[in-house]
Amino acid sequence: MTVLRTSSSPHIHGPNSVPKLMFTVLACLLPALLAHGWFFGAGIAVHLTLACATALGCEALMLSLRDKSRMLFLTDGSALVSATLLCFAIPPLAPWWLTVIGVSFAIVVAKHLYGGLGHNPFNPAMVGYVLLLISFPREMTAWLTPATHSALHYDFGATLDLIFNAGITGVDAVTMASPLDHLRMELSRTHSMVEILNNGELYGRLGGTGWEWVNAMALLGGLLLLWRKIIHWHIPVAMLLALLISAGFFHLLDPGRYSDPMLHLFSGATMLGAFFIATDPVSAATTNRGRLYYGAGIGIITYIIRTWGGYPDGVAFAVLLMNMAAPTLDHFTQPRAFGHGERD
Amino acid sequence: MNTRLFSFHGGLKLVDFKAGATDQPIQQAPLPPQLVIPLQQHIGTPAEPVVKPGDRVLTGQVIARATGAISANIHASSSGTVSAIEKRPVAHPSGLQAPCIVVTTDGADRWCDSPTITGDDFPHLAPDVLRKLIRQAGIVGMGGAGFPTAVKLKPSGGNSVELLVLNGAECEPYISCDDMLMRERAPAVVSGARIMMHALGARQAVIAIEDNKPESIAAMQAALASAGVGNVSVRAIPAIYPAGGEKQLIKLLTGIEIPAKALPINAGIVCHNVATAAAAHRAVYLGQSSISRIVTLAGHVPRDLNLEVRYGTPVDFLLRSFDINPAQVSAVIIGGPMMGYTLHRGDVPVIKTCNCILVQQQGKRLPYGNHGAAMPCIRCGNCADVCPANLLPQQLYWHAHSRDFDKIQDFHLFDCIECGCCDYVCPSHIPLVQYYRFAKSEIWAQEHDKEKADIARQRHEFRQFRLEREKTERALRHKQKADALHAPSAEAEDLARKKAAIAAAVERVKTRKAQSDTKPRNVDNLSAQQQQLIDEVEARRKQHRRQRTERPPNKNSDAQ
Repeated sequence: MTVLRTSSSPHIHGPNSVPKLMFTVLACLLPALLAHGWFFGAGIAVHLTLACATALGCEALMLSLRDKSRMLFLTDGSALVSATLLCFAIPPLAPWWLTVIGVSFAIVVAKHLYGGLGHNPFNPAMVGYVLLLISFPREMTAWLTPATHSALHYDFGATLDLIFNAGITGVDAVTMASPLDHLRMELSRTHSMVEILNNGELYGRLGGTGWEWVNAMALLGGLLLLWRKIIHWHIPVAMLLALLISAGFFHLLDPGRYSDPMLHLFSGATMLGAFFIATDPVSAATTNRGRLYYGAGIGIITYIIRTWGGYPDGVAFAVLLMNMAAPTLDHFTQPRAFGHGERD
Repeated sequence: MNTRLFSFHGGLKLVDFKAGATDQPIQQAPLPPQLVIPLQQHIGTPAEPVVKPGDRVLTGQVIARATGAISANIHASSSGTVSAIEKRPVAHPSGLQAPCIVVTTDGADRWCDSPTITGDDFPHLAPDVLRKLIRQAGIVGMGGAGFPTAVKLKPSGGNSVELLVLNGAECEPYISCDDMLMRERAPAVVSGARIMMHALGARQAVIAIEDNKPESIAAMQAALASAGVGNVSVRAIPAIYPAGGEKQLIKLLTGIEIPAKALPINAGIVCHNVATAAAAHRAVYLGQSSISRIVTLAGHVPRDLNLEVRYGTPVDFLLRSFDINPAQVSAVIIGGPMMGYTLHRGDVPVIKTCNCILVQQQGKRLPYGNHGAAMPCIRCGNCADVCPANLLPQQLYWHAHSRDFDKIQDFHLFDCIECGCCDYVCPSHIPLVQYYRFAKSEIWAQEHDKEKADIARQRHEFRQFRLEREKTERALRHKQKADALHAPSAEAEDLARKKAAIAAAVERVKTRKAQSDTKPRNVDNLSAQQQQLIDEVEARRKQHRRQRTERPPNKNSDAQ
């Protein structure tokens, strides 16, 4: 014992780790993912597999180019989380290259070119999604309703064939806009809310058919995240409240032109955004007050883009815009340190 | 006293691992053949040896005397012979050596006589007498900091003390020496509390104990009841690490947030450890100096223990005495797993601030001892959630990492108490506290360098000034010399003076001449006789004048 091992305190460490965190997030995504697959079929599984494989491949490539430990970072689960989140935005029968391009861009450009895990100022999944939405708007908006989907009776082989060979032409006839997209287009044609909502199997009790369940399951997963203390309550609560209040305000002003706030909460990427995307710690604000402003900003911008913007859903843009504001929010919302006055 | 409890931000619930060492009484550690007693076991200046090699010493005898106000006496922990006064490795994170007095024990453990008081004297004693007894006994804060207790028992700067807080929180895992002390020696703690209150003039005292020590709480309450002390109370506080931090504890008990740069005494509060109180009791009533303490021995040991250990007992001797093979030991932590430091070698002695010896054996890890590879910060903010100082640890880390030492102070680096909570919860396993220590020492070094640079600059500027002054003085001297060389000679001066005299004389003559040419008055209507007289006078005058001008002027002519 003449030479003892020395180390700096603390000498013990809690059980928390990045992989544990990321895989808990993936586990909490599972209910929403299952609901998504239930309503939109085997295509989801195909795209998810493709997305995960692409993500890990890109991650490995970039890690070796950047001379980083592949052992350490390939197993951290962060690339899988990005890939899974992006998958929710890709239509189930979309061509395979859509997923590959989106995920590659997310991992290579949005994540690694900015410095890799922990250094990306923008949420990689959202950057990938926005790239796809802007570059391939037709492919990205070609959704099937759950009802059409079950009516088509595609088996797994047919799905694979559509995704890898036929591309969008094979399903062109049956695809249509997602509920939020449809709603926006119809509203712009000055149809009233009541007409739109009664006019088709696109809308369910709260939001879009199928989508309301995906959102409900994402909410459940989000509550699990809160319970596991993976995320703080500030961002989701602020975002959902801001969206609810903005939507509620305009809905009360003119129910014919502005949709029910519940439709906003349970359609599109609202719940996924609130609990899984906006809460991505790397790109979000980190002080508690900052998180409130950050979440509220996302809620409001989402509503603005959905209502008056040119895109079907606003969550991705709202998140990216608020990502930009996060450092400033952090700067101005520092907590008061122990033993320092209010103004110190 | 308000019975409400407050809370502080953050903190952690840790698995305490205290059960093993608390299910059996405190044991006496054996006396080693040699005691290595460091001259500095406290904050402040080291003590000055008053013995020399070969001297016989008795247990409790002063062998090194306090120097300066903030210092503490060092006593022989057992009787024997001083065999050396030399530098030895000591228990310090740096692993450096420090002067120690080595006492070869004789095994008799004979005590020397010390002044004591009897219980009846107590209320009549002046606070100064108590402080003196405590100072002589060499008592320092036994919670880990080692600040000389007598200094902290004197209300300073016109502050009066309302409340004495006795810290029995013992919030770090494994450590249970205070717990066992309160269970077994509660009356001594109560008595110590009364001594401290008297010395401070405090009206009330609170003994704060974490609620995971119900036996201690019960024992202290019983001791208070039997002593019949009304103004001391026991408060159970939640077992949240670091509830035993001085400012966190005060916040918990009183709701008062001691300002960052202030001391508790500024708010009329003084905090002492329960073991310090017990030591004060021993010093005042039993005349026993501070020569031993209770140390928890835990970790990879056959059995967790609490031991009464004499200061100066080498750690490896202690391990061997309790069936631990030092060859199997890979690391030794002094203090708890959250804030303790590791030893560089096993032969260092136990000192006054050493509350726990945490042993790790080769090939084994302590529970939760797994520090994985550090990954990048993912800004999850868990660190900020647990920070008891309400700082933003990840911002501190960021600025420490980029060596931005100005910015890091804006984020209140120096309010960090290095409790390790942020480090413990960090999912990226970043050694955060190490970064903060690095930043702090860099800033101290910079300030030290700056001071040195300032002194050097002042020296340089003074030298420049001196050179300049010498230059001007030299130039002045040269000028004076040169002037002296070129100055007119005495002869020339004389000549000039003569010339001037001549010129002056000529001038005078001219004036007179001019005067003489003026027309005399009352010369109108003169009679012929009168005119003739005047003419004669004038003629004489002219003649006289002619005579004077023709004669050369003599030297004294202008002295008239």
